[in-house]
This record gives sequence, structure tokens and C-alpha cells, in this order.
Amino acid sequence: MGIQANPHGTTGFLGWIDDRFPLTKIWKDHVAEYYAPKNFNFWYYFGSLAMLVLVNQLLTGIFLAMHYKPSAAEAFSSVEYIMRDVPFGDLLRYLHSTGASAFFIVVYLHMYRGLIYGSYRKPRELIWIFGCLIYLVLMAEAFAGYVLPWGQMSYWGAQVIISLFGAIPVIGPDLVIWIQGDYVPSDATLNRLFSLHVVALPFVLVGLVVAHLMALHEVGSNNPDGIDIKENKDENGVPRDGIAFHPYYTVKDLFGVSIFLTLFLGVVFFLPDAGGYFLEKPNFEEANPAVTPEHIAPVWYFTPFYAMLRAVPDKLGGVIVMFAAVLILFVLPWLDRSKVRSIRYKGWISKVAMITFAINFVVLAWLGLEPPSDAKTLAARVGTVIYFLFFLLMPIYTKMESTKPVPARVTS
Amino acid sequence: MTVRHLLAGLVLGAIAPLSLAAGGGALMDYTPDVSNSASVQRGAANFMNYCSGCHSLRFLRYQTLAEDHEVPEDLLAENLMFTSEKPGDHILTAMPSEAATGWFGQAPPDLSLTARARGADWVYSFLMTFYVDPSKATGVNNLQLKGASMPHVLGHLEGYKVVAEGEPKEDKGGHGAHKGPEFEYVQAGALTPKEYEAFVRDITNFLSYAAEPGAKERHALGRWVLLYLFLLIPLTWLIKKEYWKDVH
Repeated sequence: MGIQANPHGTTGFLGWIDDRFPLTKIWKDHVAEYYAPKNFNFWYYFGSLAMLVLVNQLLTGIFLAMHYKPSAAEAFSSVEYIMRDVPFGDLLRYLHSTGASAFFIVVYLHMYRGLIYGSYRKPRELIWIFGCLIYLVLMAEAFAGYVLPWGQMSYWGAQVIISLFGAIPVIGPDLVIWIQGDYVPSDATLNRLFSLHVVALPFVLVGLVVAHLMALHEVGSNNPDGIDIKENKDENGVPRDGIAFHPYYTVKDLFGVSIFLTLFLGVVFFLPDAGGYFLEKPNFEEANPAVTPEHIAPVWYFTPFYAMLRAVPDKLGGVIVMFAAVLILFVLPWLDRSKVRSIRYKGWISKVAMITFAINFVVLAWLGLEPPSDAKTLAARVGTVIYFLFFLLMPIYTKMESTKPVPARVTS
Repeated sequence: MTVRHLLAGLVLGAIAPLSLAAGGGALMDYTPDVSNSASVQRGAANFMNYCSGCHSLRFLRYQTLAEDHEVPEDLLAENLMFTSEKPGDHILTAMPSEAATGWFGQAPPDLSLTARARGADWVYSFLMTFYVDPSKATGVNNLQLKGASMPHVLGHLEGYKVVAEGEPKEDKGGHGAHKGPEFEYVQAGALTPKEYEAFVRDITNFLSYAAEPGAKERHALGRWVLLYLFLLIPLTWLIKKEYWKDVH
């Protein structure tokens, strides 16, 4: 069976298009006749919000790139030029910088939603893996973007992160020089990170988002009960517990968007540096290779992993642990052996594990912001062990705990 | 400012247990008020008279300052523009950077963003804590920035003081801004301590303005944006409710 042109048999101008391009088919398959479970709760706003923030980053980024100069000599001044002389330039910049933090906030909540309701379980493994890839690329994108203003934190953050590659045996030192294009972070480094930030990585990111959504729409959305709504369809083949994405979820997401925008724009207009968390104070000083800041801390969204890096005494070991902390997410679908998907029907061990994991992640984030001390390093070590045990013990505790019976239909 | 404080409370309240990642460490508290144009104007005049000989504000244009704080063009040219003829120029210093490095050990830094990089508290504390220290070439040292190479340029205004010996005095109550280290004056200046403090407040307000001239305008626009969103929220909720009536 090949592809049938215009399967919905539209006529007129729309028919002319549909005979040549699947416009109506795409609209119906992915929006108007995409049936999502009707019991989505608060946690389900963050997918569409992530999309909104992505669009915000792309649009504001386009205009920032029109005024920004990717050179070590001019970058810092050009950012101040945007802040002071470009009409609404400060808004563009703050929308973009606050957008970066907002992106991670909604993505972390979106991922945690997947975690608690088992949205990574069969048949949604690829949705989860595409999502993990998005997260990985997002971190690279955020890192490259943070270097561009060429302030003190930009420079020394780049120095710390790129030097991590130096821990790789044999090729490490040469690899660092190859990445930097110089012996220290410099004009060459800034210029290539600009290229990655505005061309390569956004390109990959958007492609992955398309793959993430295509995989989602192929198998259908999970829900807080972790039930397959496709197993119970009416005479028209529509799931009895499903409702059309449009208009039901489009209008619901509109409400979510208005709440989100209130908080987001509140920060953009009134508190863009968020007291040093979104824009670190030392980054208002131009990069100076001769002066190391007293305390170098990455932006908040990297700090859980930074805490794990510092928790390991050996540099190479720290780098391995840090990358493993991200990579372990990829195998999550095969670590969970529970009979049920959703936390609602899992046993108490899973519930305790899930809450502990969340608290632990926040504590690690805080530790990563702090200058190290003996007590804090010890705490970071404990936190690192808890982080990995959550995943490594999952095959055991999800299998041995007793689960509750799953209802046949979604609960409201 | 109320919207700003409300949001600051909301956002920072959630992360309050975390200490600030960067900055802080100022000896005295000072909250700048950039909406006080009279104070910013005085601060600008003081800056041009006492600071601009050595320190530039390379990201701020004379004209921007004049427009934001309603300084007429003739007054601007007469009282504020010493290093340039054109109002569109940036506020640069006449001091050659290389020679300055020779004189002070390092060139006096540009102050465009100091109030953002270090904080208004820091600027205020720095200007308030010069004290006599014969071991230094300049004869003074600074409590906020130990070993500062800057001479006490404002010494003839403030007078000279030494760090008070012994126990800190009891809190006399009153102004919050007064807490901090105790000093004893050894030589009076042209200004009373109160007048000098007001002088420092004006300069700090001006430098806070200079660090982000667009802030005031952005806050004004932000109020309308938030008002629009506050009206939008109930409307989007109602349309959602209307559509979802038929979902059972």
C-alpha cells in the first residue's frame, strides 16, 4: 500500500493543495484528530511550554545575532551595545537569557513527569531517548551561549569545562588545544562556539524535537494512570478516554501559557539576573585571562553535575561520573521492571525513591553553587551515590515491590 | 518598585535558602534609587568633577544620561561634558591608560558596570570606608577593598578618619545604612559626615543608573505587560472551561 494523496478527499483550493501536499492529513493526524488521554494534569503543561521557550530562544536569538559581534575584542562591548543602544535590545537579551533558565526549568519538570508516570516504558523508549538527546544538546547549547557575552564567568567557565577534556588519557591535552583552537580560551574559541550556538546545535535541536514529537504521535501519549487508552476504542476507532488535542488541549495549554508568561515576563522585566542565579555578577566584568575570579560556579542548571564532578577526588574519575550521570538516563527504559507504569500504582519503595531522587537533585544543585568545604564535599559524595543508586537499584526494587491494581479506564 | 519587590519575593523566596552564588560581601547595605533623577543628576555632576579625570564610563553616552534624567543640552555641555564636544559620545577619560598604569600600578578601571558586577552596596561601602594608613604610598587604605591603589580623592570633602579601636559601639538605632565599621575622624573635611554620606549616595545612585540605563523604562513597560497578562489569565481559564464542558 503506497501513500494515498488526499485521503480526506477535500475539494476546492484546499483540495488542490491536499492533492499535492498532505496539509489536511498533517493537521488531522497531529492536531485535530490526535487523541490524547483526557486525564492530563498539571505536569502535562511543560511539554508545550518547552516548545514555547524553544521558539522564544530561536526568535530572540535571531535578532541578537544581528547585533552581536563574535570576537574576543568586541563581544563584551557588543552585548552592552545591545543593552543600551539597540531599541528594545535589553528586552531581547533578557528574554534570551531568562529563556535559557526557563528552558531548563520546564525541561527538568517535563523529564520528572516522564519519570513519575513511566512515560519512558515500552512502547515509548524512543520518545525518551530522543528527549535525553534533546537534553544533552540543550546543555551544549546553553554552555556555548553562556560563553558568548565574554564576561569573566563566560571565560573562566569555558576554561573549566573545556579543560575537562584534558583529563582523557593520551589525547586529552591535544584535544583541549584542538577544541579551543588555541592554548587558552581565546578569540578562536569564542568564534567557533558562536558557530555551534547559532547554527549547528539549534539545527540538531529542532531536528530532535521533530523526532521526539513524531515518535510520540506514533504511539500516543501516556497519562498519569499509565494506561493504554488505545485498548478501549469506540465504534469510530476513537479511544473512549481520549480527546482531540485541538481544541481541548490547545485551549488548556493556552491557560498554562498565560500563567507561564506571567512568571517568565515578571522575571524578564523586573528581575532578569534573578539575584545572580540567571546572570552571574562577575559576568558584568569583561573576560580577563590574567585575573581568575575568586569563585567559579556554573549557572544553576549545570550545578548538580558540577557537584558530582567535584565530589570525585580524581579528575578523570570526576569527568566520567559527570558524563555517566547524564548517560544513565538513556537506559532508564530498561532499568524499570515494574508491572505498572505510573507511580500511582507502584509500591512504597518506588515512591520513596522518586521523592528522594528529586530532593537529592536539588541539594546537589545547591552544593554545586557553593564553594567547596569538607562537609559539603562529603555531602556531594553522598548525593552522587544516591543519584546513581536510584537508577542502579531500580531493576531490583521495581521488581520486588508489590504494586496496586491498575484500573481499566483513566481516573479523573 | 512594588511589582519588582513582589516578584523578588516570589522568585527568591523559593530559592532563599541558597546563599548568593556570586557578589555580596559588602560591608554596608545600600539600596540605590535610580528613579530619583535629582540625586542621579547630582551624582553625575559629582562624578564628572571628582571621578572622570581617571575613570571612564565607556558604555554610557552623555546624551543618554541627559535624556533619561532631563538635563537640558546647555547645562549638559556646561556642567557635565569635560572630555568631549559631542553629546552622542561615550564618557571617556582624558587620562592615558599606559601612563596611569605607571602612576598607580594599574589603570583606574572603567566604572560603567561596576554597580552591577560588584553591587551598589559595594560601591557605597568602598566610598565610605577610606581610612588613614601611613604604610600605604597614598596615605590611605580601604576597608572594602584592602590595599586599594586609589588615593582618597574625596578626602578634602569627607575629611580623614581612622578605624576606631576596641569594641564596636552599641547600635544607636535609626538609619539602617549606618551599620558597618566604626571610625574616628582625625581631620574634618569640607562636608559634615551626613553631607558626605548624601554625596556618596548620589554617586552610587548615578553609577547604578549608569550600569543599566534602560532599567527604568523596562520596569514601566513591564507593568503594562503584567497587567495585560493578569487580565488574560481569567479569560484563558474561562475559554478552557467552556470547551471542556463536553469532556466527561
